Amino acid sequence: MTQKLVIIGAGMASGRVIEHLVEEAPGAYDITLFNAEPRGNYNRIMLSPVLSGDKTYDEIVTHDAAWYAAQGITCRFGEHVVGIDRDRKIVEGEKGQVPYDKLIIATGSAPFIIPVQGKDLPGVITYRDLDDTNAMIDAARTGGKAVVIGGGLLGLEAAAGLAERGMEVTVLHLMGHLMERQLDEAAGYLLRRDLEKRGITIKTRASTAAILGESQVEGVLLEDNTGLEADLVVMAVGIRPETRLANDAGLEVARGIEVNAQMQTSDPDIYAVGECVEFDGHLFGLVAPLYDQARVLAHGLMDQPDAFVVKDIATKLKVTGCDLFSAGDFAEGATREDIIFRDPARGVYKRLVIEDDRLVGAVMYGDTADGTWFFGLIKEGTDIDGMRDTLIFGPAYQGGDAADPLSAVAALSRDAEICGCNGICKGTIVDAIAHGATELGAVRAQTKASASCGTCTGLVEQLLQVTLGDDFHAPAAQPVCGCCDLPHEDLRRLIKSQELKSQEAVWQELGWKTRNGCHICRPAVNFYLLADWPMEYRDDPQSRFVNERKHANIQKDGTFSVVPRMWGGITNPRELRAIADAAEKYNVPTVKVTGGQRIDLLGVTGEDLPAIWADLNKAGLVSGHAYSKGLRTVKTCVGTDHCRFGTQDSTGLGIKLEQILWGSWTPHKVKLAVSGCPRNCAEATCKDVGIICVDSGYQLGVAGAAGMDLKETQRLADVRTEQEAIDLTIAFIQLYRENARYLDRPYRWVEKVGLDWVKARVVDDPEERARLIAAFDLSQSIYRRDPWAEHAQQAERFQPLADLTLEAAE
Amino acid sequence: MSWIDICAIDDIPLRGARKLKTALGCVAVFRTGTAEVFAASDRCPHRGGPLSEGIVHGQSVTCPLHNWVFDLNTGQAQGENGSIATYPLRVDAGRVLIDGTGLSGRSAA
Repeated sequence: MTQKLVIIGAGMASGRVIEHLVEEAPGAYDITLFNAEPRGNYNRIMLSPVLSGDKTYDEIVTHDAAWYAAQGITCRFGEHVVGIDRDRKIVEGEKGQVPYDKLIIATGSAPFIIPVQGKDLPGVITYRDLDDTNAMIDAARTGGKAVVIGGGLLGLEAAAGLAERGMEVTVLHLMGHLMERQLDEAAGYLLRRDLEKRGITIKTRASTAAILGESQVEGVLLEDNTGLEADLVVMAVGIRPETRLANDAGLEVARGIEVNAQMQTSDPDIYAVGECVEFDGHLFGLVAPLYDQARVLAHGLMDQPDAFVVKDIATKLKVTGCDLFSAGDFAEGATREDIIFRDPARGVYKRLVIEDDRLVGAVMYGDTADGTWFFGLIKEGTDIDGMRDTLIFGPAYQGGDAADPLSAVAALSRDAEICGCNGICKGTIVDAIAHGATELGAVRAQTKASASCGTCTGLVEQLLQVTLGDDFHAPAAQPVCGCCDLPHEDLRRLIKSQELKSQEAVWQELGWKTRNGCHICRPAVNFYLLADWPMEYRDDPQSRFVNERKHANIQKDGTFSVVPRMWGGITNPRELRAIADAAEKYNVPTVKVTGGQRIDLLGVTGEDLPAIWADLNKAGLVSGHAYSKGLRTVKTCVGTDHCRFGTQDSTGLGIKLEQILWGSWTPHKVKLAVSGCPRNCAEATCKDVGIICVDSGYQLGVAGAAGMDLKETQRLADVRTEQEAIDLTIAFIQLYRENARYLDRPYRWVEKVGLDWVKARVVDDPEERARLIAAFDLSQSIYRRDPWAEHAQQAERFQPLADLTLEAAE
Repeated sequence: MSWIDICAIDDIPLRGARKLKTALGCVAVFRTGTAEVFAASDRCPHRGGPLSEGIVHGQSVTCPLHNWVFDLNTGQAQGENGSIATYPLRVDAGRVLIDGTGLSGRSAA
């Protein structure tokens, strides 16, 4: 007996149900198919190629009118279903009722619309179906600017398609990296890089505040008040199951329509399939489980036993040529270990996640050829202990060579700058080598590369090695640490020349062997990034030693010392009273006057830090950075104000310098002094920068030391005016920030590059001096602020998470 | 096991740590990844350094006083003869739970 089957929704899942039915049980059902879209089933996965112009709609149609006619299916396309009457077993369409014996709800999913002002403006569209796709294609005809909200798969495909069609595209993504559900940070970084190469602008941690425009969309406003122009806004932040009909019909609905393993809803005559269902707490978006559901459902309609089970899914995605793969569970976990492989030259990243000697997850970017093999290992739970060492190289390559330490240099383009002093690019050096400059001295003589400050020597040697192969043996340079093969100088140079602006970029492009560095390399990388890219990169507290993270010096008993800044060593009764009050209030056991002309409160507990800072802040006192690799103190004498020998206002100059320089991060600590006359009461001749005032002006000395080594300053220049003294000091410190190796004090750095090299830039070249000062000012626009005031706002972070000793016994 | 809810995962900075007071002294709770946490004694066996103030990298922490490096899976110090106690921890719906056996106030009599 023929039964009446009504299907609401002509998508890929219900289409597959129909295929099973007409093939395996032809004539069993009289099928009516409703679809809100005025067309039948097409391959939605292929909408992206339609958007980019690689395919047409006709090429992605799965079932055309002729097919439906041949199967005897009644099509009611372009007609919305307005309700389901379960008692009378009737589906109510806009154009009339249809009775059913069995009903399948396949309403799919609806795009999630973020509830911001302007979301309904013309020009704001979602990306779900062919109409959306055509709307984007139309919008792109006139060019202009598009903003895509959402950096998941759909959003990125929309972005790539629109860029392909000539629009200027910006992607806004709320999370820290793209496609965070499928990719980890490292793979997300590579994807971003590839998309940026296509001219797409990516903004992460970007939260949309409003969509702007009067009668048509004109722009997008972000929470941080950045405004973006837009002629088109595509919302692709996610989807949710379309459950309205099921809800209205009184079926059980959680996030999706609840079904059992036979795909039956709470009404046994009504089935649901596809993106609209929820099974065992799971929602479904990828096509493989939908096809499984369709098979189970069709078998149920044919009275054949079958059951749906949730399986691991591998995602092998082609975001318009970006080759990526993820499978299994690659989230980090306490019992899990990683195996990481990076090949910067080929832009390859692979990460395997192992738990109990079994592969549980894999993420790959750039080379996904072995994805299926890894997926097999995950599904079968194969014991991989025996092949652990070579696992990451894949099935064909058990026992590969170690990663090539030269690959980072080999990957550089010919116009990448190697020698910053002389502006020499890789191509020039490689050509010189090819023309017979087969050792370092010859390269220096012919190209000037590494002939000035010498910090790029390592890179030049690597180029010799890459170009000459085994004919050249570079003297072994000490790498930063075991995480990489690069010495500090090469690392700094490559961060500049490859424009690496995030830690993830450094780990990937320079072939780091660990997930995120170690206590040796990460603080150095953090400093290099913030010094070279002040606007793009922000200081990462978790990459700093405890003192700089806590903004206080840890003592051997785990307590901290607190040193407020006293500008130029000048204080007043009000400040002293606040310091005395704080010392009493927080039971500070030791109060000491420091060698830098200020007061140290020793023995403050970590929990008390925010409170004591807040108290000191109230009196106008700020952090003295007595803990930082940054500006510490500017020691002064009383100069012309009081001293009968004073020649200039040394105190005033000291205060000015301290107020300009404070808060800046440097490779190591920096201490200054200004003495008012050659008697040098401020001991300026053993400082990193020491200024001696004389009748005719100022004598600037640099690169002194009075710690592990004792060094007298060397004369950088004699200048006439206070402003010149300030300018030269700033320029010197910025040059040090840009070029020195992390943890080298200025005297060590000057020993390496030579004072003449420094003079040539800071003193003799006014343009370079102006550039250095401008670069320092730019960086200070971010870092010249009191960290205590900021941290006092987050006092709870300094308290224990919980006190379990107070938990009552049961 | 008796699981005690101690905090939301976001209360611990990524690649950072927080401290927990327990009957056995301070325990450091480390967050090495988005949803990866470890718990271990906060006290370095070398000179008593507070490990919750150390730099967290991979699945390890470096003591802030003298750079001893501990594997948080095992508590073993790298290349040194010493180790720290580790404690079971799990993440559930964005909350961090610790096995309170022996750690909370008065253990069962």
